[in-house]
Amino acid sequence: MKRLFYILPLVGFLVIGVYLGVGLTLDPHKLPNMLEGQPVPAFDLPGLEGRDEKGFSSADLLGDVSLVNVFGSWCVACRIEHPFLMKIKENGWVPIHGIDWREPDRNAGPVWLRRHGDPYTLIGDDPRSIAAIAFGVTGAPETFVVDKQGIVRYKHVGPITEQVWAETLKPLIDHLREQG
Amino acid sequence: MMRFVLSALLFCLLAAPALAVQPDEILKDPALEARAREVGKDLRCLVCQNQSIDDSDADLARDLRVLVRERIVAGDSNQEVIDYVVSRYGDFVLLNPPFKLKTYALWFGPVAIILFGMFAIFMFFRRRGDGAVESDAARPAGNGLSDAEKEKLAKLMDGDGQ
Repeated sequence: MKRLFYILPLVGFLVIGVYLGVGLTLDPHKLPNMLEGQPVPAFDLPGLEGRDEKGFSSADLLGDVSLVNVFGSWCVACRIEHPFLMKIKENGWVPIHGIDWREPDRNAGPVWLRRHGDPYTLIGDDPRSIAAIAFGVTGAPETFVVDKQGIVRYKHVGPITEQVWAETLKPLIDHLREQG
Repeated sequence: MMRFVLSALLFCLLAAPALAVQPDEILKDPALEARAREVGKDLRCLVCQNQSIDDSDADLARDLRVLVRERIVAGDSNQEVIDYVVSRYGDFVLLNPPFKLKTYALWFGPVAIILFGMFAIFMFFRRRGDGAVESDAARPAGNGLSDAEKEKLAKLMDGDGQ
């Protein structure tokens, strides 16, 4: 009993230590993807000036596995991933739809795409974060993997790199396609 | 001089808290606006993370404030607005963590630690009390010093101890 009493502070220390230790490894910027397994939120965005007449809505996501990429001309990290998105487009690996988020004006998006290339199938203009908030977006770029039934399967935060594609996105997309 | 200092202090009291809410966002109906403020102060800005959306200048916080107002005008209750934002961003968006199974450690942890500490202090003093009584009893009567100790003390007091 007496010995147990001396061990107590050590046990307490270990419990607190493990607790705080785990806390240190958590990234507060990493938020749960609330939409995983849920249907894509309903949205209906106008298209980009001179590009998409119909615009881009949640109904467009039915029928094929696709990526929904949130980007903006102001977004530095988007320029980093852009060459890889172009590569996906050139190889026809998977259709990428864009949500052009918070452009300062109607021309900024089209100008940016003319300069860096346009990897997108459909693009919706979202200057007031309507769709972005519905998707739970906190920053750009963010990319959602949507299956044929229009269910959100995965969210990738940050630029899509060769590695992210090979290790995470491609296997998931292949798997979703097989499922039919 | 004194009057100047006092009036300066009084003016400090008059200063309103600096909110990021822009004049063009504010609703015309003061009652609805008050509800929007009520909701906004509980919602975390996802960009800066330690400010509420009402305090934050981030673009996303602004769009969230506008969304809160649109939903309130459309007839949503405060709770419905909050539930919508939570359904998009998770519990993290609430500055006040909800009371549920996952957060019990958060709510009960501090109380448990205080109770444990009080228990430990209680045990410490109880044991020390017991110990003192025990060792006193083991010693000879008088001032609690043995003969040898008394002699040593006397020597020290006389200054011969060195």
